[in-house]
Amino acid sequence: MSACQDKLLLLHGLVDDELDAANSLAIEAHLKSCPGCSEELARIEAVRRTLAGASLGHRAPDALRNRIDQQLAEAAPRARPLASQRPPEVAPSRWQPAGGAAAIASRGRWASGGAVMGLAASLALVFAMPQLTTTNMQDQLVASHVRSLLANHLVDIPTSNRHVVKPWFNGKIDFAPPVVDLADRGFPLVGGRLDYIDGKTVAAIVYHRRLHSVNLFVRPAEAVLPEVGFTTRHDGYSLVRWSRGGLEFWAVSDIEPAELNQFREAFEARTQA
Amino acid sequence: MGIGTRFFRPRLVSSTRRRDDGDAALAAARSEQFRLVMLPHLDSAYNFARYLARDATAAEDIVQDAFLRAFRSFDSWRGDSAKSWLLTIVRNCFISSVAARNGGEVVAAAEAVADVDTPESILAARSEAAMLRATIESLPEPFRETLVLRELEELSYKEIAQLTNVPIGTVMSRIARARTMLAELLLSRDEGRRAQS
Repeated sequence: MSACQDKLLLLHGLVDDELDAANSLAIEAHLKSCPGCSEELARIEAVRRTLAGASLGHRAPDALRNRIDQQLAEAAPRARPLASQRPPEVAPSRWQPAGGAAAIASRGRWASGGAVMGLAASLALVFAMPQLTTTNMQDQLVASHVRSLLANHLVDIPTSNRHVVKPWFNGKIDFAPPVVDLADRGFPLVGGRLDYIDGKTVAAIVYHRRLHSVNLFVRPAEAVLPEVGFTTRHDGYSLVRWSRGGLEFWAVSDIEPAELNQFREAFEARTQA
Repeated sequence: MGIGTRFFRPRLVSSTRRRDDGDAALAAARSEQFRLVMLPHLDSAYNFARYLARDATAAEDIVQDAFLRAFRSFDSWRGDSAKSWLLTIVRNCFISSVAARNGGEVVAAAEAVADVDTPESILAARSEAAMLRATIESLPEPFRETLVLRELEELSYKEIAQLTNVPIGTVMSRIARARTMLAELLLSRDEGRRAQS
């Protein structure tokens, strides 16, 4: 028995989590009545399991890592003259006045252009203000996340048992972060770690998403924060912040922001239950 | 420069004298940010290059070249997935390294490498992981690169489409074809093993 040819791509889309809701429902309904497609789906999943089971990725050799490090160190000073040759940020050559009349005409344009830009800049400030306070925080969170991956110091206490992780934090920090396992939602608990943000000790609870790591930083909220999630991207990393019960939560990972939001929803649902 | 520049400069650059210091600091900050953002993806870059080139030394050269190119064009990175951006550069470096080998003739990655691996080399591999790696390497392009980007680097269909410069539909059919080929190779390998024992 073989799969329906017109459903084949949908089956692959389904295992890759790439289908929209309508297509997912349609293919799942079809699978219930089509043994050929069910068999094909099992085959696809078996291949994926085989690949995921063995570590097939090649790690970069240390010699290469060192060479690139050195190369970057050498390249950095050379970037300076280049940078100083670069014209100031705004230098639109097409507006350079050619003669008298043009100069007057374009002065008018410059002036109004300046006014518009000034207005835009102040508007940007007004709207960016709430973000500014968190930018430094985001820098620190991303740096902590990257450090935890680079230094191979992801967890101090490696266990998928939340009943072990939670008491481990006792006595190390003066608050009790909620620890839940979300393995059934695709985010297995990996362990816990102490980290430092803003000069204070915070709890870092670590989850996996397939091959990715999610660091969940928890600390006592310093101000009244909105409980709703706030999602952003920073240096290519996704960050989601929310608060609950006087604690502030920051999830950091290199997965897509939408996926990290799923993590927040799963975590929230589990901690409230 | 004309009136426009005189009019504008005082607003944008507060002091000309401090500009050089500012630039040096900027370059240092930029270099630091590059390390923070791109170095965590070094393993991915090497892994991808290794499966493209199927050779350890060639992969190292490609990655080194790619990091230099990435550093020089870091300004063009728009803050979206750093990994996809870096892997796109790795892929371009691979294509130009193949082109250079073929005397300047530009060859698409798809036809870049003739498929020389035989089932014998697959069977000769010792461990399970080595055998699986050899099996993936025996897949022809463009199916190999699409499979590696999806299964090992876990990129989304959209990212793979942008990276390999083809429509999403093409990515989907390549993934399906690659997995089917892999399933057949694994099945025949298992049967071969059973026949031996």
